[in-house]
Amino acid sequence: MLKLEDVWMQVTDGNGENKEILRGVNLEFETGKLYGVTGPNGGGKTSLAKVIMGIYQQTQGRIYLDGLDISELSLTERARQGIGYAFQQPTRFKGLTVKDVLDIAAPDSESMAIRGQMRAVGLCPEDYFDRDLGPGLSGGEIKRIEVAQLLLRDTKVSIFDEPEAGVDLWTIQKLIALIVDGYKKNPDKLAIVISHNENILPICDEIIVIDDGVITGKGTADEIWHLIKDDIECKIRRQCQGDMQYEFK
Amino acid sequence: MNLNRIDLDLLRAVSDINELPKGAVNIRSNGEAIVRHSSPNIMIHSQIDNPGLTVEVKPGTINESVHVPVILTQPGFNDKVYNTFIIGEDSDITIVAGCGIHNSSHATSRHDGIHEIIVRQGARLKYVEKHYGEGAGDGKNVLNPSTIITIEKDASAELEMVQIKGVDDTDRSTVAHVHEKGNLKIIERLLTQGGQKAHSDIKISIEGKDGTAQILSRSVAQGNSFQLFRAALIGKTACMGHVECDAIIMDRARIQSIPELQAEDADAVLTHEAAIGKIAGEQLIKLMSLGLTEKEAIEAILEGFLR
Repeated sequence: MLKLEDVWMQVTDGNGENKEILRGVNLEFETGKLYGVTGPNGGGKTSLAKVIMGIYQQTQGRIYLDGLDISELSLTERARQGIGYAFQQPTRFKGLTVKDVLDIAAPDSESMAIRGQMRAVGLCPEDYFDRDLGPGLSGGEIKRIEVAQLLLRDTKVSIFDEPEAGVDLWTIQKLIALIVDGYKKNPDKLAIVISHNENILPICDEIIVIDDGVITGKGTADEIWHLIKDDIECKIRRQCQGDMQYEFK
Repeated sequence: MNLNRIDLDLLRAVSDINELPKGAVNIRSNGEAIVRHSSPNIMIHSQIDNPGLTVEVKPGTINESVHVPVILTQPGFNDKVYNTFIIGEDSDITIVAGCGIHNSSHATSRHDGIHEIIVRQGARLKYVEKHYGEGAGDGKNVLNPSTIITIEKDASAELEMVQIKGVDDTDRSTVAHVHEKGNLKIIERLLTQGGQKAHSDIKISIEGKDGTAQILSRSVAQGNSFQLFRAALIGKTACMGHVECDAIIMDRARIQSIPELQAEDADAVLTHEAAIGKIAGEQLIKLMSLGLTEKEAIEAILEGFLR
């Protein structure tokens, strides 16, 4: 349903030097499945999500959604085609309230549905609707609202970028349940969850490991753990030039 | 009362009036009071020496409102009005003011509103003043409000002053005196477009012990417009005050923001924050990822910011 064919992405750093962030990524995602994307920091996970969403433009390769080539579509057009993204670091606004942004996210949703989604992520709508989606909210609150927006949008492809970040342990369980209920075995939709969380990765149907812009592994949690472990250990060794302070288990 | 479509549109824009409001009301159109009603607790009468009116609220009046909008539809009309509001002790009321100009001529239409507001001991006031201009002509719409407000002991007031759009030139002056345990909050929201100019000068003097004051300004400058914002807080005794100015700058506009704090007592706590910047790219990207176009995202952000 969602297919990435030889996708590359390059950026120019502050020194004017080009750096490849994604290098020849080939992936296929099917509906009814929940995908986990993991890998070390700076490996390209968020860049992969943003290329699919259209926030970043790939420098080479094609992206297909339901057979339609969306490679040249803008961010807005991809959103309208049914791709959604819950940001790793949600944006804050001055003046736009929580309700304003939920209404923009799901203009056709009934008020009851919006209220229900807020309660589902553990927030009382009456306490939050009129508050600015701004500096007055904690990181955990704003993250839950970000997840609620994407769930409300009911998109064909939903990408959750570290939904657990900043969220308390009790709420993480709720968010996991919502994502599983919404996407696993749903014949019309799929979800991609970028995460390092040991509670989230095992419930994914397939885990994709990305490091240095390259897909280094794919498989179930059981199949992939040794790869993650080896990759992370390898990266640590590289960063501390082999002088490990502890043994990785 | 004989109001045409333009009059009604202007009244709706500046004071949310769709029909004659209940309670005390004075509608001024092209220099004349076309509607005037007092209520048992709120008296409206003409001033003796100047054009304008005096509104007196009886002590203890609770949950009542008075509407005093002004509209100018006669091309090239110059209107100057002196209004005095006296809010009686321990009352709690809302004043809805505001001015709308429709000018489809080549001449300048201008309204100067000179207001004095006295909030007596223990009273609470909410004052809403919206300014709006429209019309196809190239004549300017000029609005110059000047307000002096006194907050007596234990009284409080919130002034919400909004320039919606269509005002070519404005020179706004607000001077406030806050007495013991008095509280004043001034919220100003301003939009300038094209070649419009806006000067706003707010000066609050906290003169009584434990007085508090807040100035919150949000503005958007588009096109070639220019905004000059001065906000001064003077703490003469143990008191607290805060100034917060946020502005979004677009196109080729210019904004000058000058906050000023003056403490004359070691127990005066005065703070300020000021920020001018364009719309954050991440905000646009966020709203576009929800399906809005860039233009729709800008409109949504500006609407929220100025609301």
